[in-house]
Amino acid sequence: MEMQVNGNKSGYVPQPGDFTFLPDRDIATDKNFASISYWKGVAIHFFKDKKAVIGLIIIVAIILLSIFGPMINSYGYRDIVSFRNENNKKVVAKGIAPRIPALHQMLTGESYEDDFADLTFLFGTDDLGRDLWTRTWYGARVSLIIAFVTIFIDMLIGMSYGLISGYFGGVTDQIMQRFVEIANSVPRLVIVSVLAIFMPKGMGLVIVALLLTEWIGMSKIARAEMLKTKEQEYVLASRTLGARNGHIIFKQILPNTIGPIITQVMFSIPTAIFTEAFLSFVGVGIALPQCSVGTLIEDGFNNITTLPYQILPPILVLALLMLGFNFIGDGLREALAPKLEDM
Amino acid sequence: MTKYILKRVGMALLTLLIITFLLFLLVRIMPGNPFPSERMSADQIANKRAEMGLDNPILVQFVDYIRKLLLEGDFGNGTSLYYGVPINTVLSSCMSNSFRIGGLAILIGTALGLILGITAALHKGKFLDGFCTVLSIIGVCVPSYVFLIFLQYYFSFKIPFFPYFFDAKRFLFSSIIPSLSLSLFTLSTIARFTRNEMVEVMDSDYVRLAESKGLYGNSLVRRHVLRNALIPIVTVLAPLIVDLLTGALVVEKIYGINGIGKLMVDAITGEGIDYNYVLALGILYSTLYIGIMLVVDILYGILDPRIRVQGKAGDA
Amino acid sequence: MSEAKVVGNPSANKKILDIKNLDISFQTNAGTIHAIRGVNLDLCKGETVAIVGESGSGKSVTMKAVMGLLDSNATVNSGEILYTYTDEKGQEATVDLLKLPKKQLRQNFNGQRIAMVFQDPMTSLDPTMTIGKQIMESMFLHLQMDKEAAKARALELLELVGIPDAEKRFKNYPHQLSGGMRQRVVIAIALSANPDILICDEPTTALDVTIQARILELIMEIQQKMGLSVVYITHDLGVVAKVADYVDVMYAGKIVEVGNVNEIFFEPKHPYTWGLLSAMPDLETDDDRLYSIPGSPPNLLREPKGDAFAARNQFALAIDEKAEPPLFQISPTHWAATWLLHPDAPKVEMPPELVARLARARKEAEKYL
Repeated sequence: MEMQVNGNKSGYVPQPGDFTFLPDRDIATDKNFASISYWKGVAIHFFKDKKAVIGLIIIVAIILLSIFGPMINSYGYRDIVSFRNENNKKVVAKGIAPRIPALHQMLTGESYEDDFADLTFLFGTDDLGRDLWTRTWYGARVSLIIAFVTIFIDMLIGMSYGLISGYFGGVTDQIMQRFVEIANSVPRLVIVSVLAIFMPKGMGLVIVALLLTEWIGMSKIARAEMLKTKEQEYVLASRTLGARNGHIIFKQILPNTIGPIITQVMFSIPTAIFTEAFLSFVGVGIALPQCSVGTLIEDGFNNITTLPYQILPPILVLALLMLGFNFIGDGLREALAPKLEDM
Repeated sequence: MTKYILKRVGMALLTLLIITFLLFLLVRIMPGNPFPSERMSADQIANKRAEMGLDNPILVQFVDYIRKLLLEGDFGNGTSLYYGVPINTVLSSCMSNSFRIGGLAILIGTALGLILGITAALHKGKFLDGFCTVLSIIGVCVPSYVFLIFLQYYFSFKIPFFPYFFDAKRFLFSSIIPSLSLSLFTLSTIARFTRNEMVEVMDSDYVRLAESKGLYGNSLVRRHVLRNALIPIVTVLAPLIVDLLTGALVVEKIYGINGIGKLMVDAITGEGIDYNYVLALGILYSTLYIGIMLVVDILYGILDPRIRVQGKAGDA
Repeated sequence: MSEAKVVGNPSANKKILDIKNLDISFQTNAGTIHAIRGVNLDLCKGETVAIVGESGSGKSVTMKAVMGLLDSNATVNSGEILYTYTDEKGQEATVDLLKLPKKQLRQNFNGQRIAMVFQDPMTSLDPTMTIGKQIMESMFLHLQMDKEAAKARALELLELVGIPDAEKRFKNYPHQLSGGMRQRVVIAIALSANPDILICDEPTTALDVTIQARILELIMEIQQKMGLSVVYITHDLGVVAKVADYVDVMYAGKIVEVGNVNEIFFEPKHPYTWGLLSAMPDLETDDDRLYSIPGSPPNLLREPKGDAFAARNQFALAIDEKAEPPLFQISPTHWAATWLLHPDAPKVEMPPELVARLARARKEAEKYL
């Protein structure tokens, strides 16, 4: 009674032996969704995202340059490049535009005519005669260190605050959240201006100002994650089995919270760099002769009419840092919560 | 809804009161001489302190301060030589400059941002979308004062078309450079946010349903996409407005604008400015910040029926 | 291409929707997903067809293609979706919905002739518009009604779908209604412009069990009243048994078994259908655990070789790894795509547990007949 109707498109003609059962196979194991660990999945997703990879490359490159960049030449970040020329007259390499003598020679066939004819200044020198290449990467290093250190501390403060508030709930949570609300209603500038009367200018002021403001966002995320995970069955189960608060917070909830927090960190670091740059620009941040991205921009601005090239390197570094961290943050956010259709 | 508004207003006022008190406390317990730039004998200082009520209990001083502030709009006088005039006269002239430039920047930024964001979303994946993305990345990654420095260098210095510094007599003309550079951050934030909201809404089930009803093109966007996508934009607008009205610090400093931003910079760097100014500016900034947040919160409630119309679900 | 036409339901009623050889793929970051691989499906006037299958089998995509709601990354590689209707002049006309421009499809077919009810009532209503306005929208669009008439009809519809206090609910926003109520509103919206075909995409999955039954009854009632043809997309065989005349079982972008509801439930031939039926919860199942089909559907980023189901099939034959099985006809209405039906294939019977279950189910069903 059975007959074949819908033509066999591949034109396959059954061969002898085709109609035998396949030998015993393992059909119970799911090979399509072979288990990969959560973090491996996140990593795979992250590295598929072009923007995220670009961001990562930019940040790694800037970090490497800020570590090794100043070593390329022999100038220190605070050294004024000067020596005695053949007439035994002291010359200072003030305000020299970016130059690579070899390249100049190659392109124009001429060499520089002045006292610094065979010196290379990739980014030029400033009005005092300091090498801007060295200063730029040294400044980037200072900015990055400030940002990493403060955001790391903020992360610890914010996470503990949010996790405790969310975990205990009830009155504790109420009180802690009212405090967050009030703290969140004070504009950052007001905090800075009050701090400025209590504290001397310098790196300390920048760090404290960042510590006081950036933890709030982290605590909100940690609390939200805590509220979400707290009610999940495996946590309830371990609680009924008598696990202690500390154990539940650190062993069970923390691992779930870490992803969103790292994403937040990636967005907070550029905020920190921005704030540092702003405060240093205004003049309450890093003090001379130290430098950071912000003071370098300020120097550049002060000399813009005479040495217009001076402002470009720190601005580019700042913009690339912002870009890189934002791309990484976006990529992480998507990698941590992938949508089904991108799988 | 009335209950909702009253609750929000109450909360805002309470928060503001607490912050004001904290600021007051911090500034008053400051160690050292409150009259930094004047040379006075110990007697004179003691007299002046008594005259200003600085020897009263802190709570009495606070109530006094608030009463004066609320009834007469009086922030007291500055104590230092240069700024030793009534603070509110200085503040009001600075505020008018700042608000006008900030307002212009908000207007430019919001209008262009919305247009750009909506166009980008409607052309998702095409050239305009890419352009919008690049522009918003630049706007977010480069601080507004850098734009100002560039605009000033090229259009006031190299090509001296615009004034190099702000000139209150030619207000509109000399506002163009600072307003433009301030608006870029707003513009890019709003463009990016609008675009993402729109794309998300266009992907939603209710737009699918509207399409399955037979709606398409402009009427679909107008009836179901725009309203849903634009309501959340109100929330990002609030911090942006606060930033622009108050946060134009470096821009004002660089472009020589006598605004509250410049005043704030002076307060932060301690250039001849005193604690009374820090206090007044702190209160002003906090009030603006909390006030705008409050207005936006209420506006959001009015726009979104899920908050405006409370109602319990009936059973099926 | 005439072979495709033979497949289907030789019903007394006229064919209203005829999907032929539909083939759709999606461009994603990961590559091209060949989601629909030659689907044939008929719907006759006044009848109910259910499409069943696991998630990702392509059942929703097929119906989204009918509605012109495919995502922008979808490409229709081949196929036709023929829709037969009576036009304004009272003449019968047939169009290929895939060939129509979007604008014309929306203006003349969506809502007015073919309407859809979506899976999740919590998200399928516009949160910023009153439900009254949302119901009247398609009346303004398609029936050129004035406001008064539209409102009167909207109230009528609200009552038809069983919403008490329609006058008050008319002014409500979606968030003021419960899930079941919202799904009723969605149904009212779908019915508002008198469509011929109603497509229900898992209309009850997001709802409570008690409300599920009521919504299904409501749709059946309205179907009879208005002479609608209905397509159900579901993975719930309980729903199928309750509502369907014909059943299409889909797997990995293909229809692997078609038949009327009795044939599919009592004489299924495809091992995948056996698996689906065994996985259906049953009050008398004495096993400790509910059966589930081993493994998961194939990843359609890679074109399956041979029978897509072979890897999960305990009765797989050698030929399954070499060639795709054609559809074998079992009865005038019953077809299945498995090499087990080839004359040379070894005889394989349904698993005995399933036979016992189906016998129980049949007894159960006869009680109500």
